[in-house]
Amino acid sequence: MNIANLIQNYEEAVAMILFGIGFSNLLLQKNLIKKIVGLNIMDTATYLFLALKGYIAGRKAPVVVNGVQSVKAYINPIPSGLVLTGIVVSVSVTALMLSLTIRLYRRYHTLDLDEISTRLRKEGL
Amino acid sequence: MAFVQNFPFMCIILSLFSGPLSMVLDGKNAKKVNLFVLSIIGVMSATVLTFVCKTGQSYVYRMGHFPAPWGNEIRVGVLEAFMATFFCIVMLLCMIGGEKERLIHVEEGKENLYYIMVNLLLCSLLALIYTNDIFTAYVFVEINTISACGLIMIRQNGRTLEASMRYMIMSLLGSGLLLLGLCFLYDLTGHLLMSNIKEQVAIIADIPEYHVPLMVALGLMSVGLAIKSALYPFHSWLPDAYGYSTVSSAAILSSLVSKGYIFLLIKIFYRVIGFEIVTESKVIHVLFVFGLLGMIMGSLSAIAENNIRRMIAFSSVAQIGYIYMGFGLGTRAGVIASIYHILSHAATKSLLFVAGSGITASSENKTEFSELTGAGYRNKIAGLAFTVGSLSMIGFPMFTGFISKLLFAQAAIGHTYKMLPTLIALAISTILNAIYFMKTVIRIYTPNRESKGQTITIKDQPKKAIALAFFIVLNLILGLSSEPIVKLIEFGLNMFA
Repeated sequence: MNIANLIQNYEEAVAMILFGIGFSNLLLQKNLIKKIVGLNIMDTATYLFLALKGYIAGRKAPVVVNGVQSVKAYINPIPSGLVLTGIVVSVSVTALMLSLTIRLYRRYHTLDLDEISTRLRKEGL
Repeated sequence: MAFVQNFPFMCIILSLFSGPLSMVLDGKNAKKVNLFVLSIIGVMSATVLTFVCKTGQSYVYRMGHFPAPWGNEIRVGVLEAFMATFFCIVMLLCMIGGEKERLIHVEEGKENLYYIMVNLLLCSLLALIYTNDIFTAYVFVEINTISACGLIMIRQNGRTLEASMRYMIMSLLGSGLLLLGLCFLYDLTGHLLMSNIKEQVAIIADIPEYHVPLMVALGLMSVGLAIKSALYPFHSWLPDAYGYSTVSSAAILSSLVSKGYIFLLIKIFYRVIGFEIVTESKVIHVLFVFGLLGMIMGSLSAIAENNIRRMIAFSSVAQIGYIYMGFGLGTRAGVIASIYHILSHAATKSLLFVAGSGITASSENKTEFSELTGAGYRNKIAGLAFTVGSLSMIGFPMFTGFISKLLFAQAAIGHTYKMLPTLIALAISTILNAIYFMKTVIRIYTPNRESKGQTITIKDQPKKAIALAFFIVLNLILGLSSEPIVKLIEFGLNMFA
């Protein structure tokens, strides 16, 4: 554990910092839109991490162009596949969150989740 | 290969396709499709259960043509088949028992949307139970979350909208952590199939440099799934989500959805990481402490609650605490007790929700305690069922809650330093359970002369009465014939890893 290792693996460090930023935004922001932005930052950080893990320096994307080449010419394709799946999941979840936000905004004319809770406590259903 | 071995795959596909099918049907036909799918999957799962019991070993079913390290596969053993059968039965009873409320709560013309969600939820639960691929599990965890959110928000009012928003936020925090944990594990081992990961983990566990990353991965996955299944400090979304959604949603959510995540966690402990490594780690101590806290705090919040539905919801927090406490003991007996409690809680909590809806229906749909006086006389079957559920939750002999408390206590005995906290927490939690459940039972059986509510007989709601009767029978079966069931769980756990 020393700083040199951290600097050497700076990409992973960046991914983890981004994950932390996204996570704390999703947890702590009051504004619903900012929460959703936080969610997307968090997911993207995971994809960055996955993409880094699949990358092998000096190799190309796993798309065969000029006939079949040796396995050693390509990076690991599985993390890319996982990232694609993850993107699909995060898009659908974001859509659901946004639609819920629209519903809440139409009803309460605010994006502040705490204010919505206070008003709910006063008004009942 | 026997034809029966295809059944788990067929169950998943059947429930997956019945979702989109419900989209083009109207409410009535969608309901029929849903009931048909639920019962046929229940029968198929039971057939698979008898098959694996007979052969005495689990089998791996290859999805597609690629062999082990590359392809995707599902793995079926006694425990998986038993869980699938049990989940189908409970879900079927929840759907039948909450039918009348659904007609009122779900907007007209949108009934079929509800069944899409239920079918997809069933599909994701089955996939979580059967899958042997950890990334597939993640994808189905998300499908589970989305359909559960749909089940909450189908009853449109401010409370459920806010609750589903909070549910989504907490769930997504949980699945973010789970995904990160999976990525760590993939990075460390280079595999996605659970059995392959375990082989590699066994090798790298002895190398000191890999110790911290492995523990981080385990911690992230455990915490992620604990958040999703509403372990104590992460339960803020739960009371509103269970308290104000329509009754079959609340029953399904509390008894099945959170259990699906817990089952995945058991799988991660046994099949992905290896239970020896898990017990040596400090993660289980954290789960143990939060489990104990949940047992006490959930019950205290339930006592303070003045709304019957929210009270039952808070009781769920306490019961989830029990399950995590069982994991936290770090012994095989503890895990068996937890698995038994999953069954016990699923059978009892759905009974309480459905019976609670019957009680409030006979009290002008009011949920405050002051309005419920004498409801046990106005709606006899619901009152009886609620009493049975309450006694079971408290741990009265004959009912299933007693057996799970007994198993937890037995698992704790002999443990060097966790025995005393476990037994004390069990005792306190039982007393607290008795306070709030008995308070309700006494309230609904206090005669009320100026009764405002209407009397509901069995003839008025035959389906709910049938569901409640089956729930009571299920409770008695689990409680009276616990020995073969515990044996079955042990047998399943042996072939699980």
